[in-house]
Amino acid sequence: MSAAATDEILLEAVELTREFDGVKALDRFSFQLRRGEVLGLLGANGAGKTTAMNCLLGLTLPTSGSLYAFGLELQQHRVAILRKTNFSSSYVSLPGNLKVWQNLLVFARIYGVPQPRRKIDELLERVEVAHLRDRITGQLSAGEATRVNLCKAFLNDPELLMLDEPTASLDPDIADKVRKIIRRARDERQMAILYTSHNMRDIEEVCDRAIFLHKGRIVAEGPPAEIVRRSTEQSLENVFIKIARSGELEDEPASPPVP
Amino acid sequence: MNPRIVAALISRYIYLYARSPIRMVEMVFWPMVDILVWGFLTVFLQRNTSGDFPQFITFLLGAMILWDILFRAQQGVAISFLEDVWTRNLINIFVAPVRTAEYLGATFVVGLMRIAVTVTALVLVGWFAYSFNLFVLEWWLLPFFVNLMLFGWSLGIISTALILRWGQAAESLAWAVPFFIQPVVAVFYPVSVLPGWLQPVALALPVTHVFEGMREVMKTGTMDWTSLVWAMALNLVYLALAGALFVWILRFTRSRGLLTKFATQ
Repeated sequence: MSAAATDEILLEAVELTREFDGVKALDRFSFQLRRGEVLGLLGANGAGKTTAMNCLLGLTLPTSGSLYAFGLELQQHRVAILRKTNFSSSYVSLPGNLKVWQNLLVFARIYGVPQPRRKIDELLERVEVAHLRDRITGQLSAGEATRVNLCKAFLNDPELLMLDEPTASLDPDIADKVRKIIRRARDERQMAILYTSHNMRDIEEVCDRAIFLHKGRIVAEGPPAEIVRRSTEQSLENVFIKIARSGELEDEPASPPVP
Repeated sequence: MNPRIVAALISRYIYLYARSPIRMVEMVFWPMVDILVWGFLTVFLQRNTSGDFPQFITFLLGAMILWDILFRAQQGVAISFLEDVWTRNLINIFVAPVRTAEYLGATFVVGLMRIAVTVTALVLVGWFAYSFNLFVLEWWLLPFFVNLMLFGWSLGIISTALILRWGQAAESLAWAVPFFIQPVVAVFYPVSVLPGWLQPVALALPVTHVFEGMREVMKTGTMDWTSLVWAMALNLVYLALAGALFVWILRFTRSRGLLTKFATQ
């Protein structure tokens, strides 16, 4: 846990299970996310990260289990929770046919941001894309669109932020800038951030804690460096590969030599 | 319902339409083509039937304009939803603190704006091309308008719910749904033309009373008020049923995990 993290639990999943046609995409998945903490959700394609994120956002209902944010049950208090939450994904775009400032202004009004135009200018400055203010959103590069999406995600100063692969398809320079923006937001605003990524550098640099999922179940959990130490691997990337292939963090104990 | 959120959602559509004049053209082009083609055909028929159908053109143009009120109200809801699907914005909306009623409320207002544009254009063309004055309906126009708009909203909600359930593959329903009922609701001909078994079905649809009433007012200058009260009562029932269907399908898509397909389609 980072120095910024507190004991206050902002997001909690309890025994979350989600089945699709009899196949468990999530299997009794439980975790807690504290204020000021960045939690990475890792796993190979199909491990259950996206399903978990969709359940946490209320886009998919769990088959069983419970979800709480700010101490409130998610489905019953959806709107109250979403006012203090935000989300950004490299797979969800803002309408490409509007200008950047128009898109951000619409969402600023939805979230009831005071002095929305000033806030938009501040955020665009902060993520170093102020020059894109009057550009058509659909004409932005992937890196520019990601940073504009982050502006939308920061509009309401969320206490809880969910980021789905925010550095996917970005070059190393822009990815580094995005990581710095996220770290800064966490440090300055005490945000709790749930972060999915396939980029292990993201996880090592940004996350205080990581959860590895395999077939919907947690197979490893802890600070990234500690997970590497607990394994027989040299790097987080190798841990990822090992879990993706074997579904386990530890090697099977070697059989004793046959006398 | 929070009016600030409804206004925010409406502003998105205003930015969109202001930036895209082609969308405005779409709102007036097809209705104008209809009114010109069918209007001139009716003029031709009138001239060649020794005046046997003196009110034919009035009925036809009135019916076309009133039908467009219903159609544009339905389109306001369904196309606004599709705009969010096409621009992959739907997930952003669903993870924002927007209630279903606020989202639908904004699409209702967009429908009203679409009606204003289309009907203004049609009224002007009717006046200049055929000396047709829609305001011959006088104050009856108001209850006609309200009933048509309410049923257009109901059809819009139903179209949206079906697209939500079956995805973008079903998007043609946004245009098709009103035409499923068009043959039954006696837009261009009286209910008495329909086969006997179909007439109760027609009368169970609120807009049938509007089109019947329009012809009655044009012919006699008045109509039976109770028919419009029935239409209003039926409209409230259909609106409630359409809303319940939408909420049920939204819950169904969440429970099946279908909602997220709109992010990736």
